[in-house]
Amino acid sequence: MDLTRDTHLFKPAVKRIAWGSRVQRWRRVKDSCARMSSGTAVLIVCLLVGVIAATLVIRSWPILSAYPLDELLTGQTWQPLHGRFGFAPFIAGSIAVTLVAMMLAVIPAVFSGIYLAEYTSSRARAALKPLIDLLVGIPSVVYGLWGILFIIPLVRDVIGPWSDRTLGQVFPFFARTNPSGYGLLSAGFVLAVMVFPLIVAVTEEVLRSAPREMRETLLALGATRWETTQCIVRRAGLPGILAAIVLGFSRAFGETLAIMMLIGNVPQMPTSLFDAAYSLPALIANNYGEIMSVPLYESALMGAALALLAVVLLFNILARLVIVRLTQAQAR
Amino acid sequence: MKRTQLRKVKDRFFTWLMRFFLVTAAALLGLILLGIAWRGVGALSWEMVSQSPQGGFYLGKGGGILNAIVGSLYLALGATTLASLIAIPVVLYMHVYARGGRLANNVRLTLDIMWGIPSIVYGAFGFSLMIFLGLRASLLAGIIALALVVLPILARTFDEIVSMAPRHLRETALALGTTRLEFLGVLLRQTAPGLLTAILLAFGRGIGDAASVLFTAGYTDNMPESLLRPVASLPLAVFFQLSTPFPEVQARAYASALVLTILVLAISLLAHFSMTRLGRHVIR
Repeated sequence: MDLTRDTHLFKPAVKRIAWGSRVQRWRRVKDSCARMSSGTAVLIVCLLVGVIAATLVIRSWPILSAYPLDELLTGQTWQPLHGRFGFAPFIAGSIAVTLVAMMLAVIPAVFSGIYLAEYTSSRARAALKPLIDLLVGIPSVVYGLWGILFIIPLVRDVIGPWSDRTLGQVFPFFARTNPSGYGLLSAGFVLAVMVFPLIVAVTEEVLRSAPREMRETLLALGATRWETTQCIVRRAGLPGILAAIVLGFSRAFGETLAIMMLIGNVPQMPTSLFDAAYSLPALIANNYGEIMSVPLYESALMGAALALLAVVLLFNILARLVIVRLTQAQAR
Repeated sequence: MKRTQLRKVKDRFFTWLMRFFLVTAAALLGLILLGIAWRGVGALSWEMVSQSPQGGFYLGKGGGILNAIVGSLYLALGATTLASLIAIPVVLYMHVYARGGRLANNVRLTLDIMWGIPSIVYGAFGFSLMIFLGLRASLLAGIIALALVVLPILARTFDEIVSMAPRHLRETALALGTTRLEFLGVLLRQTAPGLLTAILLAFGRGIGDAASVLFTAGYTDNMPESLLRPVASLPLAVFFQLSTPFPEVQARAYASALVLTILVLAISLLAHFSMTRLGRHVIR
């Protein structure tokens, strides 16, 4: 038999060798189907942030093109009915309440994170981790309610009068301008409790990725535990801790309901710790019902959402890049 | 000698300072839970959790918040289902087809960044999407917005769990001649309890989130009946009851908050339980 002439007889066999049996072919087809469909999901996730940003830009375009940007950002009057859209009080309120919260939260949270990373056994950490998750999981409306029940009376009846009598006489920043208790300090305090677990968790994660040899070397040289910790934080942990703080800041910046319940919702530039103010998320949340009736109103609120997204994205990307670099350097 | 003593004092001082901060934080958490429980228990009754609001509910007349409880469960259930449909393939792709590559790390970074976006922004986006699609405030729109909120939570939690799967699993499976898809099945079986944990965590977060459903799901006093009708949710029920001037209605807000907190804590505990106790098929 001339093999070279009768190749057609061998074709099925050759094909079977190349493709495998029917079962194997089917397995491969299934595999590539799965690869493509899950790849599509990955693509969706990757595009999502871009789509959200683009949508918000498109929706807020009417107001961005109707007014110059500096007028929107620095304008101090908010009268949508008269076509005046000044975002300055809301931006200032958001920044102020976030700063108050960070002032109260950062030092305790960073120290707690350091303690969890450097001083506790892995078993204690395993027990505390779910507790932190629990704290993160409590809905913000519950925090807000707690603030109304306990923090507002505290600020109104105790802290406010005390601060007014002592520091308020000298610094107008501590003067009690608002007897109701609803204002920057109350909102800031509750916000501080809310971002505390986030800062603790990130600080702990970042510090734990510091090389262990460093710890052992320092202790072997006779350093006390605190000196060891100091050195590790200074040499290896500082960028990570900064990232944790920035993450906490951006979380606090976007918090909506708890702030809305406690800040007083008065669109003014805050000058004192006890002033009522208004935040960007609260602006969006409070006015969604009326947006249909006034021209440009919806666009203005979408602009507020866009501003919020821009700030949060910027901070998040910076912080995450730092964290990724730190934790991956350790993994290698 | 004196210097050594000073160092020791410093060491002790900072140790106690850190412990103090940690204990204060824990005490605050206890205070929040106790405070809510203390104010909520008084107003909690069987009527509260078994009836929908009747006429004049917000003036202190009869009824309950069953509509909000059921609405919240529907919203969170829908959102978690929708989010898992995207999150599970994404995580498995990262670990099976693109393991250790740049793509996986970039997706991880994207998910982390998405986790940081405030839920009110997702709400605003959902609202725009809703108008674009010609929908009105409805259960469906709420589910879509809430799914965006819980997607990164679900995906990143599951991702962490999958990366803890033993390394040799992959090598063993592939060495036996499995395709990637078949290995994916093995991996899924190994991580199933963790997946349940991630889903439960996302579910709990979904129940508690209010800002994203504020525009998109609306609010109603009726029980949820259709995907295209507005639906009530528990956080918003708390919020609306609290903004009325009547003490009886405000007391109901405390009770609703207690119900919400209990739900979230129970789900959280369940998530923890499923991670540690389940897993008959898990290789350790």
